[in-house]
Amino acid sequence: MLVRLENRGEISKTMVYASPFIAVVLTLIAGVFLFALLGVNPVEAILSFFITPISTLDGFAELFVKGTPLVLIAVGLSFGFQANVWNIGAEGQLTVGALAGGGLALLFFESESLFLLPAMAAAGILGGMAWAAIPAFLKTRYNTNEILTSLMLVYVALLLLSYLIHGPWKDPEGQNFPESRLFPDAGILPVMIETTRMHVGWLFALAAVATGWILIARHVIGFQIRVTGMAPMAASFAGFKEKRIIWITLLMSGGAAGLAGMVEVSGPIQQIVPNISPGYGFTAIIVAFLGRLHPVGVLFAGLLMALTYLGGENAQIEMNLPNAVTGVFQGMLLFFLLAADVLIKYRVKFGGPKTAGAAEGAG
Amino acid sequence: MKLGKKLGLLSGLAAGVMLAATGLAQAADPLKVGFVYVGPVGDHGWTYEHNQGRIAVEKALGDKVKTSFVESVPEGADATRVITRLASTGHGLIFTTSFGYMNPTVRVAKRFPKVKFEHATGFKRADNVATYSARFYEGRHVVGLIAGKMTKSNVLGYVASFPIPEVIRGINAVAIAARSVNPKVTVKVVWVSSWFDPGKEADAAKALIDQGADVMLQHTDSPAPVQAAQGRGIWAIGQASDMKAFGPKSHLTAIIDDWAPYYIERTKAVLDGTWKSGDVWGGFKSGMVKLSDYNAAIPADVVAMAEKARKGIIDGSVHPFAGPIKDQSGKIILKAGEVMDDKTMLGMNFYVEGVEGKIPQ
Repeated sequence: MLVRLENRGEISKTMVYASPFIAVVLTLIAGVFLFALLGVNPVEAILSFFITPISTLDGFAELFVKGTPLVLIAVGLSFGFQANVWNIGAEGQLTVGALAGGGLALLFFESESLFLLPAMAAAGILGGMAWAAIPAFLKTRYNTNEILTSLMLVYVALLLLSYLIHGPWKDPEGQNFPESRLFPDAGILPVMIETTRMHVGWLFALAAVATGWILIARHVIGFQIRVTGMAPMAASFAGFKEKRIIWITLLMSGGAAGLAGMVEVSGPIQQIVPNISPGYGFTAIIVAFLGRLHPVGVLFAGLLMALTYLGGENAQIEMNLPNAVTGVFQGMLLFFLLAADVLIKYRVKFGGPKTAGAAEGAG
Repeated sequence: MKLGKKLGLLSGLAAGVMLAATGLAQAADPLKVGFVYVGPVGDHGWTYEHNQGRIAVEKALGDKVKTSFVESVPEGADATRVITRLASTGHGLIFTTSFGYMNPTVRVAKRFPKVKFEHATGFKRADNVATYSARFYEGRHVVGLIAGKMTKSNVLGYVASFPIPEVIRGINAVAIAARSVNPKVTVKVVWVSSWFDPGKEADAAKALIDQGADVMLQHTDSPAPVQAAQGRGIWAIGQASDMKAFGPKSHLTAIIDDWAPYYIERTKAVLDGTWKSGDVWGGFKSGMVKLSDYNAAIPADVVAMAEKARKGIIDGSVHPFAGPIKDQSGKIILKAGEVMDDKTMLGMNFYVEGVEGKIPQ
């Protein structure tokens, strides 16, 4: 029997916003089956994965520590994605932001100045922007593909990090281990809830969400970005400058990723280490789409994604489940979301086409 | 305004959740012992042996303990969270088993003064942070003798992780021992900047073989270099665990880390209330370092020589770093008749004669 997809023509707006919830529910159901197959009590496992990690003040705070970089980066990325500008290199922009911000803390490692942190944040944003400016320049000047250039610059940034911590920035008392010295107290983000690690970086993420929402919903730039993405021809007829949109979206996403890098090194890590980010720049791409490229959606998607990390660790501690469970859950979430998106756009038809639509179906 | 309300709501929620949680934590009766691993428990090397130690603790102490572990924890922001998570969920003793967990362990220990921490291979201690490591270099001495006898090309390949004293000490121990039985030997080193990365480890091993190495040694955690050696028909020495299964023909022997006795002893100490911070550095004598079965292809006289050295290290008549030792430029750095003290060994940051290249600085 043939199965084919037929274009629905009209896309249901309700379903577009409902699909992330559907994906979450389907992931949970599939998770129950998965746990049952592994021979563990599914209810206990789901509780251990999604509830107990955040049932203590510490765990609850960790959700925001882990979610901060994801939300920051994803808010930035969602602008570009709406305008069909594909910045895949947030991981590199994060790394350069961390180096720029963290570099200041290392340069002034005896500083007690109150200005150190703001300067580090500014340096982080500028560092990320500078790294994103390279693909923006190449795209607007030579029409290179920003997907490739931004992605390849990730590896350049990681090599730069590796060079610095193996060389000039290595801790003089660290017995030759490739990591920097610890940052001074003045270079460490203040903690918001006493006894936890929840630092003020989360406020940056909330501010990014608020700014993003204002820009996209209330500002002419947001309008131009959306039109450029949905109907490039119309945008150029309306006189929107495409190059300007490319520059703005790349600089915004780069700056946000750079700030996320600075927040990571001056918040939870407090020094420069070989692995600053466990792939936040890439996970944030999933977060942006899970959040429907909307700042508020991204906020919740980022926290959900953070929860899957915490849950994976907790399931290891409590249930002796393998580390791979985290990846399986994240994969299922994305799979069900994409499947739902396909079904929103197309309807499934069984049997061969009755009309001349055959060529379309085969393509 | 909106933001302030949201935050207020969050902290209110958090406080409520915390109250609920403190009730839960007190219910635990057996001592909870947590382990943090840098690789997967199935790495068949470093992490595998630490996990064997954990299993041994469960077997030895039965229902007096309950152990748990988290594997593949990156040495960065995540390490602090995982250690905190273990400390805040009622674990009374936590083993953090990689050098890069040093600062995170010390940081978390400050926040949880009642929890005992044990950090492997580090040098920062506190009242509730002890350190432990094994004298891997004793094993390196014996395998260096075997490698020196078995090589035909007189080139030993060494896949190394990070240029810290612990790793450099191993390279030097091999070079000194191999050259004591075969002065023509040189050691070539490739650094992979990772503890566990089978792809990089295999590439490094192949590059070394292309440069003429016919015995492969490693200070990384996966059996990939042993596999590469088997594939190209050269000898290999396993690391941390018996890696014979990955290269039955090539595998001459392996240096095995046996953490079980130490883990059991320290867990008992916490149960008895006698735990104290300190630094333990065990070798062949205490059983923390062992050798796996010798390959049948090793001639009997070489096995006899290796066993003599191993017993000599145990009774103290043999020291892997005994003078005269020369550095790369040929300058004597330890006079004949002297043996190197622990402090010098712990800070070792130079290559001895016979090692090629420079330490990455």
